Amino acid sequence: MGETNQTFERINFETSPERYRHIKLEINGPAATIKLNIQEEGGMREGYQLKLNSYDLGVDIELADAVQRLRFEHPEVTAVLVTSAQEGIFSAGANIFMLGSSAHAFKVNFCKYTNETRLSIEDATANSGQTYIAALNGIASGGGYELPLACEKIYLIEDRRSAVALPEVPYLGVLPGTGGLTRVVDKRKVRKDRADIFCTLAEGIKGKKAVEWGLVDEVFPSSRFWQEVEARVKQIAGAGRPDRKGVKLTPLQPELREDGIHYRHVKLLLGPTPRTARLEITGPAEIPAMPSDPSQLGADWYPLRVFREMDDALLHLRFNHPEIGLVLVSVKGDSDKVLQLDAQLQEHRKHWFVNEVLLFIRRTLKRMDYTAKSFFAIIDQGTCFAGTMLELALASDRAYMLDAKDVTIALSEFNGGAYPMGNGLTRIQTRFLNDADHAAAVAKLRGKLDAAEAEKQGLVTAAFDDIDWEDEIRLAVEERASMSPDALTGMEASLRFAGPETLETKIFGRLSAWQNWIFQRPNAVGEKGALTLYGRPERPEFDWRRT
Amino acid sequence: MSFISSEKIPNNVNLSSDRKLQRALEEWQPNFLDWWMEMGPDGFQKDQIYLRTAVSVDEGGWANFGYVRMPEYRWGIFLTPAEANRTIHFGDNIGAPAWNEVPGEYRKELRRIIVTQADTEPASVEQQRRLGYTAPSLYDLRNLFQVNVEEGRHLWAMVYLLHSFFGKDGREEAEDLLKRRSGNPDSPRILEAFNKPMEDWLSFFCFTMFTDRDGKYQLGALAESAFDPLARSTRFMLTEEAHHLFVGETGVGRIIERTAQLMKKDPNEDARAQGGIPLDLIQRYINYWYSTSLDLFGGEDSSNAATYFSQGLKGRFGESSDKRYPNHREIDTIYELEAPVEGGARLEKQAIPTRRAMNAVLRDSYTQDCQRAVDRWNKILQDNGVKVEIRLPSQRFNREIGLYADLPIDPAGNLISREAFNAQKASWLPSEADRQFLKSLMNKPVHEPGKFANWIAPPKRGIENLPVDFEYVRFEPR
Repeated sequence: MGETNQTFERINFETSPERYRHIKLEINGPAATIKLNIQEEGGMREGYQLKLNSYDLGVDIELADAVQRLRFEHPEVTAVLVTSAQEGIFSAGANIFMLGSSAHAFKVNFCKYTNETRLSIEDATANSGQTYIAALNGIASGGGYELPLACEKIYLIEDRRSAVALPEVPYLGVLPGTGGLTRVVDKRKVRKDRADIFCTLAEGIKGKKAVEWGLVDEVFPSSRFWQEVEARVKQIAGAGRPDRKGVKLTPLQPELREDGIHYRHVKLLLGPTPRTARLEITGPAEIPAMPSDPSQLGADWYPLRVFREMDDALLHLRFNHPEIGLVLVSVKGDSDKVLQLDAQLQEHRKHWFVNEVLLFIRRTLKRMDYTAKSFFAIIDQGTCFAGTMLELALASDRAYMLDAKDVTIALSEFNGGAYPMGNGLTRIQTRFLNDADHAAAVAKLRGKLDAAEAEKQGLVTAAFDDIDWEDEIRLAVEERASMSPDALTGMEASLRFAGPETLETKIFGRLSAWQNWIFQRPNAVGEKGALTLYGRPERPEFDWRRT
Repeated sequence: MSFISSEKIPNNVNLSSDRKLQRALEEWQPNFLDWWMEMGPDGFQKDQIYLRTAVSVDEGGWANFGYVRMPEYRWGIFLTPAEANRTIHFGDNIGAPAWNEVPGEYRKELRRIIVTQADTEPASVEQQRRLGYTAPSLYDLRNLFQVNVEEGRHLWAMVYLLHSFFGKDGREEAEDLLKRRSGNPDSPRILEAFNKPMEDWLSFFCFTMFTDRDGKYQLGALAESAFDPLARSTRFMLTEEAHHLFVGETGVGRIIERTAQLMKKDPNEDARAQGGIPLDLIQRYINYWYSTSLDLFGGEDSSNAATYFSQGLKGRFGESSDKRYPNHREIDTIYELEAPVEGGARLEKQAIPTRRAMNAVLRDSYTQDCQRAVDRWNKILQDNGVKVEIRLPSQRFNREIGLYADLPIDPAGNLISREAFNAQKASWLPSEADRQFLKSLMNKPVHEPGKFANWIAPPKRGIENLPVDFEYVRFEPR
């Protein structure tokens, strides 16, 4: 199958329901339905067909968009049913021919993106009161079962034919890498030996046994499948939240210029040092008074808008700028305004819309944590790394601060708990893992911190005065940009996530790392590798030595 | 700002308009003076020494002579004038413009190279700090101090690079250069040869002959560097280094000359009986200082050396001018040498990639240079009717670093048994008895102008064509 020489084509991450090709979003009072009806000829690029509801990145971009819009545009919804519009098949998972013909970096980023989408589904269930329910009206195989695994309930049709399966190991010589292995044992708590059988049994498990093993919650015969599912959706949905009025997520429509991507509050600029980009963020200009219904602030409200732009920029960085290794992050503006905004958010955080914005900021910051680029925060003249925006510096691998008058950082209530990382800790707790008391004390710091104080508190990596500043930054940037991108990716992914393991860190740190290793191994992608030979008459030939 | 002015610090690096350098020097310069008072020449800081001072890079500007008290010496910062459009002329980056700033990706290598070189400069001053008490003449005393103040200036030259191009780290490294102490077990100098005490003048002359000559080759290799400020700084240092080598070569030569004279005078040709230094002892000191200096070049097979060459950080001596090096890439070429095999059981011809052998290549140039000096010494012996000859030992003898480290190898380069080596060691290398003998011979200084200790011949001529009996040091009343 081999990697095709992919011509560079920009991937666009913005979509909306009227443009969906592969899924259908239906709203019915408190219940919504996402129906997979993936178009065989609708792949993102040539060379494969999306048969049997198999998906590629284009499909997942639609899915992620639907999940996001349900939270913001349809807050009245309390239950989301995920099912298939195709008879006898729920989904065959990620398209194997697409994977087999993709470059390594794309495969890795594809898996990362789909994992983030599934985590956002779980986040919606846990924190937005939108419970996801999977109705498997046919075979759910590989990624086609991993999507239901991200749902709160899984119902399977019992027709002596439909099964749930994770056939990656026996069929393809790779892993169910979209959280499959992790969720089977960690979330559904399937016994280890049963999970072992299930994950090596290509045809999967159906009917009562699937329930007994804990792979699905209930099975229903074809004759009353929809009736039973609907009853349960209705029960879970309850009355819904008809009092909530949704906020339309308007398109970002960034401007693509020679030097990079220009959004309203965010600029992603390439260069000037090779392999380096600058992510320049502008702080809030004015803080409107909070209306009685905060959702009236709409999608243009600064905190939502700026992090949507940031989120989009991170995806462009990952997929469309693979050669960029280092991102210099800066935030310019009035830090008093940032703190004022944080106070406003804090005061109204019980409101569903404010809560959704905070959850979204949290997910975007995690997206940054999981991005395989080096981030250096550059804190210099005009900076407003304060409160929520300070999280961008804390998420960075290093933070350099100019030691000069009027260059300060500040913390707000939110640095103490609004934006936990994937490991369940705040960035401050993770940073000061050796001293919980100091972490707690730092989180309580208020007022402006100059460079000396910020350095003393351990909030910045190094502070330089104006004489040293330019040279030090140049040297640090050039040095970073010269090191092995692979080693840096592995190093950063290891250093960023000190502290406890969670389902999420296991998916990104363990499952993904193994998957990415297997994706490079001849047993999967060599001439006679299992992934290469999938769908061909020859049998794979393995190098039997374990490593 | 009181210390920092172009008047007090002669320079051609625009010190008066360079805020960064001024700030760095404001902190560093008083610490340097403290270091000089504590670790510089002991007992002579108030005396007037007839020294040369570099005040500009113009012709003759580097050699201004006059009396000066050492703490008032004007240590300056000079770079050889820049060549327009200089390009990198060896390694993987051939043809690219030379760098005027440190590229971030080579920062750590360059810093390591510069710090290692810089550390040798104050180290040798520390090693030599008590030699003034036993100087064989005013002429030699003055030369010792000239070497000392110029080692001090070479420290300044390297510190300038650290201050100007390596930011905060560079300033910290510059501070550490003043904190390490030769021979201090808790805070030693980086290279081992610079932690060995120097108790007598034969050692001093051998050091300036052999160890400073390693410096010449290291500086020469760095003068080829793609990092232009380093290349220009080391090129200027080389002009001063020549005097140090002169002191060493003629110092040993004058001892040999005197020994030959005393041998003729003695019925048994015994220089020792006549209050001189016997030739076999001189040979042992040469064996020791030559082999110790060879270690300073590093391992024969070195990945660091290959990296430095390929990155353009350090070339060979004369890389840009010497016809011996027509190939400036050396990608597929090899270097042959006798290497120990079977755990040191025997030596066998082996080939290593030339890039990895750059230390050995530089060492070979050095050995040839040393041999020329040895030939001149032998001419002195011949002219005085002495049949014995001084010999450089094999490069493999008495090594502590590289392929031959700690192997029992005789001065001819043969691998011998450990027993045979130990049995003859005292005839090849200085012994405690030798040290005691030199100590007894050099027990008091000669301070009368024109007079010389019995064990050393006077020089042919004085400094800057002044007479030999010129008052090179004016003592303050004690």
